[in-house]
Formats: sequence, C-alpha cells, structure tokens
Amino acid sequence: MENIRIIARMDIKGPNLVKGIHLEGLRVLGKPEDFASFYYEYGADELFYQDVVASLYERNSLHDIISKTAKQTFIPLTVGGGIRTLDDIREVLRAGADKVSINTAAIRRPEFIREAANKFGSSTIVIAIEAIRQGNGDYLAFIDNGREHTGVNVVDWAQQVDELGAGEIVITSVDREGTGSGYDLELTRKVSEAVSVPVVAHGGPGKLGHVSNVVKEGKADAVAIASMIHYDFIANQQSNMENRSEGNISFLKSGRTSFGQIQPQSIADIKQHLKESLVPCRI
Amino acid sequence: MNKESRKVAIIDYQLGNMFSVRQACLYLGYDAIITTDKNELLNADYAILPGVGAFGDAMKNLRSLDFIEPIKEFVAAGKPFMGVCLGLQLLFTESEEFGNNKGLNLIEGVVKKFPEVDGSKNKVKVPQIEWNQIYNGQHPWADSPLKNCASGDYMYFVHSFYVKPEDNSNNLSETKYAGITYCSSIKKKNLFASQFHPEKSGRHGINIYKNWFDEYK
Repeated sequence: MENIRIIARMDIKGPNLVKGIHLEGLRVLGKPEDFASFYYEYGADELFYQDVVASLYERNSLHDIISKTAKQTFIPLTVGGGIRTLDDIREVLRAGADKVSINTAAIRRPEFIREAANKFGSSTIVIAIEAIRQGNGDYLAFIDNGREHTGVNVVDWAQQVDELGAGEIVITSVDREGTGSGYDLELTRKVSEAVSVPVVAHGGPGKLGHVSNVVKEGKADAVAIASMIHYDFIANQQSNMENRSEGNISFLKSGRTSFGQIQPQSIADIKQHLKESLVPCRI
Repeated sequence: MNKESRKVAIIDYQLGNMFSVRQACLYLGYDAIITTDKNELLNADYAILPGVGAFGDAMKNLRSLDFIEPIKEFVAAGKPFMGVCLGLQLLFTESEEFGNNKGLNLIEGVVKKFPEVDGSKNKVKVPQIEWNQIYNGQHPWADSPLKNCASGDYMYFVHSFYVKPEDNSNNLSETKYAGITYCSSIKKKNLFASQFHPEKSGRHGINIYKNWFDEYK
C-alpha cells in the first residue's frame, strides 16, 4: 500500500467557503484562503477548491482566491467547477492551480478529457464523478452538484475516463455528502478496482474510523475531507471569524459546537489515526 | 549581487505548469520570467526546466522553439540549471514512452514506465500521485540543494515514468514505488533535477529551491 493523501476539500460560493448536505443547503464557513493556509500549515497533503455555483455566477472571485492561495501555500491545489474549455483550464492553471477537476463538460463530451490530457498532461486532469445509488444497487452519475441525472453508469464511466487519459478520479457519494454517516465503501471500491489511476474518495466522513475504512475496505488512494476539518478549524479559530465573511454566518455566530454526526478532527488527528490503523501516510 | 538583479528563466515549452515554479521563485524573492525565447534563457543566471506531460511532445516543442542547443549551451557554460519532473526526464538519453524518443542526453540513461503490476502481482496505480519518501543515494547531500533534508523526508510526486541513469554515482536520492527503487533526484556538476515537485512539497521543498539559488549567489 502506498501513502494515502489527505485532501482538504473546500466548496466555494463567491468569496466564501461553504458547506452543504448532499451538495445542497449551503452554509457560509469563512474565507477559503484562511482555511487553506491553516490546512497547509497543519499537514494537508493537497488542497481542493470546488466552485459550487460556477455555472451561475462570474468567476473573478474564484481566480482571486486561487492566486491568493498559490502565493501562500506550496502543496498541490486542484480547482473544479464550471470548467468547460481548454481556455478555462489554462486560466485556472495561470491563476495558480496545479490540477483541474472536471465533471459536467466531460460527461457531455468525453473527448474533452483526451484533448485536455494531451494539452496539459494527464496528471493535470482530474475527473469528478458524482454518484447516486439506485434501488437496484447500481450507481449512476449526476452532474450540476447532484441535480441532473445523466443515465451513465458510474463504473463504466470511470473506466472510460481512465482510457481517455484522466490522471485521477474523485468519486463523490451524493447520498453521503455532508451527512457524517461515512464514505460509501462499496462505491469507492467498485471504482478503484475498475481503474488503473488513483481514486479519491469523497463524501460522508464524520469520524476517524470512516477515513481508515475507506482506505482499507474502499481501496481509496486518497481521501477528501471537508466538514470534519472545517468544523475543527472553526472550533479552534472561532475568535478570528468575526467580520471575515459575507453572507449567512448566523450558523457561525450561534456558537454551536455540535455538528450532528460529524466529529471535528484536525488533520493531525486524522493522520495519527491512520498511522495507528496501519495506513501509511505522510506525518 | 542581490537577488533582485539575478535573472531566472523558466523555460516555457507549452507543456505543464510553469506558474507554480514561478510562485516558489517569487516567494524566495526571485522575479523569475516564464519564457519561450532562447535569448532570454541564454541571458539568464539560473534556468529551470519544468514540465508535466508527454516526453515526445516536450522534445518536439523544445525543438520547434529552438531550445535544444541553447539549453546545452547554458549547461555547458556552468550556469545552474534545474529540471523538475518531466524536466528531469528530458535531460536523459531517451524515453521508452510510445516508442523511443531521444532526449537532451545531458545525463546518460533511459526513462522507463512503471509496471502495471508489482513483484507480488498487485495492481499498481499509475501515475504515482503521492507524497513519497526520498532516501540517500550515492551522491552526498551536503553541498547539494538537499542539504537540509533528512533521508526519509516526504516529497510530492506525480509521474508515470522514472529515470534509470547509467551511472548511479550522481544519484542524490532514491525512492520506492511499484516494487522498484529508482533515482528521484540527481546532481551532476551544475545540473540539479528532481522527479518530485519541490515547489509543491511544502517547506522542505521551498528550502530545496532556496539552497539551489544560494549555492550560486
């Protein structure tokens, strides 16, 4: 087994870091670049920005966030959301991203993956797959933050993505996302076993055991984590949060420290847990 | 000479991400230029060959931008030259990627693809994308950009191919993947190159850039 990467996943709306449940119902958590710097200092292996409303609003604030982040953090940064053309990719890389994550544009026109991989190198192209489990146990791919059904089978699509030259696959369980009920182990394993490229598990972790499980049982090569580490950051940094965010921050001001099924954990805690579970990672 | 007046050229051959390399230089106070112009390369005090992507395309682009001879000239002049990732591989004699492709041949050796299964028949994920460890190779780390690193430090790797030099005495570090121990950084006179991305390897990585700049200050 190779070293498992912990990827700090940050969903972005306008200038803010947000977090939802099932990719919906967004809450404002703070400034993404502040969270990114904190995660960089405290052991994140990679950073991941997802612009969750990219198809609806203009992108200037995203580019601004990327370039601020690239100036102060020196670990890989992946950016996704609304990337549809080779020019979109070039702009995001120019702003300071290292990789781009593509979902909708790839499903609409799979050949875009090959063109992008040829132009920028496979390892720059991450394909995001949003999966929803069906009654018969199959998983189907969705686009537009889990809103639009495509009828595409997730495992078939993952194999096609691999053949077209993607360097990595992020597999999101929309069912689990933001719930704290754990990663979808079966989904992750099915995809990981079907492809030759690394697979990043995303959606659902609420406690330490979920993280080691998705590596051991789900065969994930990397794990994306959002709520657990965001809530830990807020719990530890709350005094700095006043006046730093725009939009709905009543959730932050409530001083609420219980986050339902999600236990706040620092990246260091998560890595310590992985080490104790005999999952290798960078410490 | 102060570092503001030192010229750093990042060779832009239309492949891969020069911007993160430039960020690392800027962070250290060097206003590096990203250039497709061989004259800007030849006028520089330091040069960096970055790169992500395919070996054959990279050589084709270097050739069409007329960078091949200027790179060799720059290196022959004894000026500091750094290769990163594909920029390490391009320094070698040839690559077995999609048939054989000739490289810059500044270091004798070949570029090989990771196997699909390891020695125990386990499936290998390619590309390797992970923070992996660097261990002492035959070349000592003192007086090299790795001088502040410890054997076993983690660096960020993204690659499907690895280098196999003819002469292992230039190997600064070695790394293990897919059951293979391979050369992950090399120093040959004024050439320094790494398979990992120092600009994406946190503080240890930035320190590698700093040491590289400082050696020729």
